[in-house]
Amino acid sequence: MPAEAKLIASALDAFAAAILDPAAPLPGGALGREGVTDARRIAVYRNNVAVGLIGSLEKRYPVTRRLVGDDFFRAMAGAYVARRKPASAVLILYGEDFPDFVAGFAPARDLPYLADVARLENAWVEAYHAAEAEPVALADLAALAPERLLDLRFAVHPATRLLALAHPAGAIWAAHQTAGDPAQPDRWVPEDVLVTRPQADVVVRVLPPRGLAFARALFDGASLSEAAAPLAEAGDDPGLHLVGLIEAGALSRIL
Amino acid sequence: MNASPRLAPSLPARAGVGLKPEHVEAILAERPDVGFFEIHAENYMGAGGPPHRQLEAIRRLYPISLHGVGLSIGSDRPLDKAHLRRLAALIDRYRPGQFSEHLAWSTHDTGFLNDLLPVPYTQRTLQLVCDHVDETQEALGVRMLLENPSTYVVFAESEIPETEFLREIARRTGCGLLLDVNNVEVSAVNHGYDPLAYLDAFPLDEVGEIHLAGYAETVDDAGHPLCIDAHDSPVRPRVWDLYEYVVARLGARPTLVEWDNDVPAWPTLHEEARRADRHARRALAPKGLRHAG
Repeated sequence: MPAEAKLIASALDAFAAAILDPAAPLPGGALGREGVTDARRIAVYRNNVAVGLIGSLEKRYPVTRRLVGDDFFRAMAGAYVARRKPASAVLILYGEDFPDFVAGFAPARDLPYLADVARLENAWVEAYHAAEAEPVALADLAALAPERLLDLRFAVHPATRLLALAHPAGAIWAAHQTAGDPAQPDRWVPEDVLVTRPQADVVVRVLPPRGLAFARALFDGASLSEAAAPLAEAGDDPGLHLVGLIEAGALSRIL
Repeated sequence: MNASPRLAPSLPARAGVGLKPEHVEAILAERPDVGFFEIHAENYMGAGGPPHRQLEAIRRLYPISLHGVGLSIGSDRPLDKAHLRRLAALIDRYRPGQFSEHLAWSTHDTGFLNDLLPVPYTQRTLQLVCDHVDETQEALGVRMLLENPSTYVVFAESEIPETEFLREIARRTGCGLLLDVNNVEVSAVNHGYDPLAYLDAFPLDEVGEIHLAGYAETVDDAGHPLCIDAHDSPVRPRVWDLYEYVVARLGARPTLVEWDNDVPAWPTLHEEARRADRHARRALAPKGLRHAG
């Protein structure tokens, strides 16, 4: 590398280091009005980076934030931001592994459901930005001969996400969609949650028992009869499960 | 003004505003008389969803200006080819009247730093930036505008004045310039120089768009005033003065009011755009006929 290229590279390296780590030395070549380094000036850049990235997490995880309060969330998000920088300038992708970070964040240990709520919120954002596709409508099924139904296979809608959560995060999330005192979940049980976006609005549904396995089988390419087989033993009507998925808008095409 | 076949006709030489999701409903319902809407390209790089649905509806009614905040043109690292492809896809889809980016860097080995970081002004960085502008214009098939930065530090390594640096980039690459008047005021205060002298040295002939915004104030370690390019408040009186100074010399140009944080209700932002149009008219009125805007 020519000498001048090296000089520029080291100037930018030192600048980046000072922005990423408050304990790093001030970059010697970055000067204020007195011609000397100035901590407050460097802090403007450091603050811009931290506030911007924490802000994008605040936007992505509003219920998680409300559950722990602004100060706690800012500290937790700040710890994440210090470890993880966005892979690209597309910030709508940033923070997708924040739920796993929350699960391992020691100060949040007493809130074991927090990471599940964050998982739901991440799925919500993914569904929000997912590709468009026309969902399957109930009328599409009604148009088919009944004997064909059992052999049907479906394409999953690109916005659809399935979550197997150890806590009632769907109920907690739903209770926080309006202002005011959120209701406690009726029952403190694991929940399977479907998130999708057939049109403009994101849909969040807590699935009935066995609904997750049924949906997964269909999404993996099973025919309706194959996906429905385990339901018969439990005495479930597979039609109800299918109608639930179609009404939510989770399927995009009859194959 | 623009000779790029992939762009829509030039933006009108009047005020536009940054498009905010919370304003879209009001805009579509009221169809306010606004010159154009500017979008941050990176906010529309998802595959689908409400952002694109809203932008398509806005685009049917208004010209769009595409403003990138993450290409890192001032970096000494290679440009992100995937990011260039995402920008090209947005240009194809929405046919903006203009594309602009910043004289700044934001990507380093550790990832995207989400801020517009300062560039040392040397012969070496001049060549780097020119190469990146060439590559961008080639990949996107458009003549781009490059924006002057607001800065909080200067580099000891710098050997070229910022206005000369920008003039030379425009000369070598054929790109246009975006003159952010708020950035001029912010940098002038932060480094203790005269913003009018900066504007007098600026290559105004290359300016295809003007930006206006509000700034915040603090002090540095030495107790000097330090202005922060916060985009969180109305345009300051001093910046309106500079805007009139520029318009009087340059003529009217597409002018964006940027308000990205603590975003106000739509009527407040719309009024700020109308105020920009009034200031531009006043700057262009024959002397003696001027009255308070």
